Amino acid sequence: MATVKLRGIRKSYGPVEVIKGVDIDINDGEFVVFVGPSGCGKSTLLRMIAGLEDITRGTLEIDGKRVNDLEPSKRGIAMVFQTYAIFPHMSVRENVAFGLTINGVGKAEKEAKVAEAARILQMEHLLDRRPSALSGGQRQRVAIGRAIVRDPKVFLFDEPLSNLDAALRMDMRMEIGKLHQDLGASMIYVTHDQVEAMTLADRIVVLKDGQVMQAGAPMDLYHEPANLFVAGFLGAPSMNFMDVRVSEVTESNVTVSNGALDPVAVPRKGRDFTPGQQATLGVRPQYLSPAETGRGMLHGRVALTERLGSETVLDITLKDGSKLIAALGEDRILAPGTEVNLNFDPGQAHVFPEQR
Amino acid sequence: MTSKLTTSNRAGWGFALPGFALIATFIVLPFIFAFWLSLTNQRLISPNPTEFVGLDNYRSLLSIDVLSIEPERDAAGALVRDDDGALSYPAVRGFTRNNPDYPQYAGMREWFRWHWGDTAKVVIATDVIFWKALANTLTFVLVVAPVQGALALGLALLINQRLRGINFYRAVYFMPVVVSIVVVSLLWRFIYDGEDGLLNNLLSALTFGAFTGMDWLGNPDTALGSIMAMSIWQAVGFHMVIWLSGLQTISPTLYEASAIEGASKWQTFRYVTWPGLRNTAVLVVIVITMQAFALFAQIDVMTNGGPLDSTQTVVFQAVERGYGKQDISGGSTISVILFVLVLTISLIQRWLAREKT
Ligand SMILES: Nc1ncnc2c1ncn2[C@@H]1O[C@H](COP(=O)(O)OP(=O)(O)OP(=O)(O)O)[C@@H](O)[C@H]1O
Ligand SMILES: [Mg+2]
Repeated sequence: MATVKLRGIRKSYGPVEVIKGVDIDINDGEFVVFVGPSGCGKSTLLRMIAGLEDITRGTLEIDGKRVNDLEPSKRGIAMVFQTYAIFPHMSVRENVAFGLTINGVGKAEKEAKVAEAARILQMEHLLDRRPSALSGGQRQRVAIGRAIVRDPKVFLFDEPLSNLDAALRMDMRMEIGKLHQDLGASMIYVTHDQVEAMTLADRIVVLKDGQVMQAGAPMDLYHEPANLFVAGFLGAPSMNFMDVRVSEVTESNVTVSNGALDPVAVPRKGRDFTPGQQATLGVRPQYLSPAETGRGMLHGRVALTERLGSETVLDITLKDGSKLIAALGEDRILAPGTEVNLNFDPGQAHVFPEQR
Repeated sequence: MTSKLTTSNRAGWGFALPGFALIATFIVLPFIFAFWLSLTNQRLISPNPTEFVGLDNYRSLLSIDVLSIEPERDAAGALVRDDDGALSYPAVRGFTRNNPDYPQYAGMREWFRWHWGDTAKVVIATDVIFWKALANTLTFVLVVAPVQGALALGLALLINQRLRGINFYRAVYFMPVVVSIVVVSLLWRFIYDGEDGLLNNLLSALTFGAFTGMDWLGNPDTALGSIMAMSIWQAVGFHMVIWLSGLQTISPTLYEASAIEGASKWQTFRYVTWPGLRNTAVLVVIVITMQAFALFAQIDVMTNGGPLDSTQTVVFQAVERGYGKQDISGGSTISVILFVLVLTISLIQRWLAREKT
C-alpha cells in the first residue's frame, strides 16, 4: 500500500510535448481513474509511473521515495495491459507465477500464492490451460492474477477492459471494483470509458492534451464540472450546451438568454462574466422536462423520440435552430413535430464563460 | 463481395496452373528422370545402347564393410614386428582382389582403419570417394547449421535494437548474401592464399611475425574448415534477416511485462524471445540444413574437391560424375540419394520441433 505523488511531470518525444506538467497525489488505497479522449496522454502518464517511459521532467514519488530513475521491477508496481500481455507458451499457472519464478521464489510459496490469486479471481479450474484455450475475459483475469501475485504497492491498469465485449466488460468492471475492496491496494486505472471511470473511481482525473482538466470524486465532477470540457466529457447522454448572451451579473448569479431561451438566472459559481458577453449554458438531459404549466423556459419542436425502456430520449430542435437532448424518466411519447416547452432547475445548470 | 472469379473452382485451378507447370517441368520431371537414369547405365555420350541395371548403381555407391585383419605371425605363432616395434598387417588388396575366399569384398578399397587390440579394423567401400564426400558433407552440415544459426540469431538480436544508424549495420551484415557465391568464393581464395593471402598477412601481423603462413586451402587438415568459415560468413546475413522478422513478430508488451516482473536479459531471452522464435527456428534450421547439403559452388571454385579429397561433397560428386566423367547414371544416383537424405532429415527436424500439446 502506498501513496503516489506526481509533481510537474512532463514528457516530450523529440520536440513534441505530450504531457505538459501534471500534478497528482494518490492516497494510500485510493482508486484513481485517468480518463480522457484518445491521444490525451493517459497511457503515457501511466507508463511513466510504471517506468516503461522516461520522465522528461518533474518528480515521481512512490511511498515518499523518488523513483524517477528506478527500474520498473523495483518500483513495487504491477501493470495490467489492454492486450493482456500473457505469455502464450506458458500455462496459466506458469503465467501467474512468472514473477515468482523469475525471482527464484520457493516452490511451496509459489504454489500458495498462485492458489490464492486463483481463488480471488475464481479461476482455479483454468490453471493448467494454455492461454490459447482461454476467452478474452479469462486472459485478462490471468494478467490480473500475475499482478496480484507480485503483491504490489500500486496496481496500474491500462484500459484492461477495452478488448472485451460489453457484457463481459460490465462483469469484469465489477470484479476489479471488488478486487480493490478486497486488497485495499492503491490502483491507477486508465480508460476512455466514462462509465468505468464513474463506477470504479474514488477519484477521477480528467486529462486533455497532456494536462489535468479536473480531479475529484466522481459525483463532484459530475455536478460541479470545472470547465466546459469536463462538463461535456462526463455523463451519458452528454450535457446539452447552448450559446447564450449574458444580460446581468449579480453577486451569485448570472442571467443569460438566447433566441430559444427565456432569460434565466443561473448560479455563477465564482466565474467572472461581463454583461453583453457570449457564454455557454450547460444543462444535463436528465434535468430537462416538458413544462406542465406555464410557458416553460426553452422552446422548440420534437425531432425524434427514442424509447430506451428506463428512459425516453427526446431529440429537440430549438427555435433558434440548435439541437438539444432531453431524457425523461417516464415513458412519454411526443410525436415528432410536436411543440414543446421545457423547464429546468437553474440550480442544476452551469454557465461557462468560454465558448464552444 | 464474392465475384464469380473468386468462387469458381476452375478459376482457382487456372491461377495455380502456371506455378504447377513450372514446378512440374523443372523439379518433378527432372527428379523422375534422375530416378529412372539411376536405374540404368546411361552415359552422357556413348555409342552403346542404354541398359537397365536395376539397383547396381546404388549397390556400388553404398556398399561398405568393415574388414578385420589380424597382424602377421611367424612360424612359431609370435607377432611379427618391424624395427620400430610396429605390427605388420597383410595388405588389404589381398582380400579385395581376386580372392575367391572373399567374393563380397571384390573391388573394394580402403577408406580408413582403426585398431582394436592387435586387430586392424579396416573400413572398405566400393566407392571410397563417395563416402568421403558424404562424410565431408555431413560434417559441414553438423558444423555449419548450428554455428550459422546461432551466429545469425546473435546478429539479429544485436540489430533488432532501436539505435541511430541501425539500418547501416543491417545492410552491412546482409551484403555478402547479395553478392554471388562464386564471386565471394573467388575473393576468399585470395584471403586464404598460402603465399601472400590476406589471412596469413593478418595473422602474422597480429602475432608479430610468429605465424609464418599456411596454405589454408592446400592443406587437407584446414581446407574443409576454411570453406566452412567462409560459407558461414557468406550466408549468415540471410538467416539473420529471417530471425529478425521472427523477432519483430513478438509483441513489445510481452517485453514490458517481463521488465515489470524484473526479468534479467537472459531470463527475458529464455522466457519471451526464444519461445516466440520457435517457428522461425524450425524454418532457419531446415533451410540452413538444406543449403549446407547442397554445398557446391565454393568447392568448385576454391578446391575442386581436393586436396586429397578432403573437400569432396555429395553435390560436387554428382556434378563431377555426371558431367566430368560423363557418367549420367552415377550422378543421378547420387542426386537421388541426396534427395532421400535431405527429405529424411527435414522430416525428422519437423517432427522434433512439432507443437507438443
Ligand atoms: N513513441 C512515441 N513517439 C511520439 N509520440 C508518441 C509516442 N507515443 C505516444 N505518442 C503521442 O503521445 C500522445 C499520447 O499518447 P497516449 O498513448 O498516452 O494516448 P492515450 O491517452 O493513451 O490514448 P488512447 O486512449 O488512444 O490509448 C499521442 O498524441 C501520441 O501520438
Ligand atoms: Mg492508451
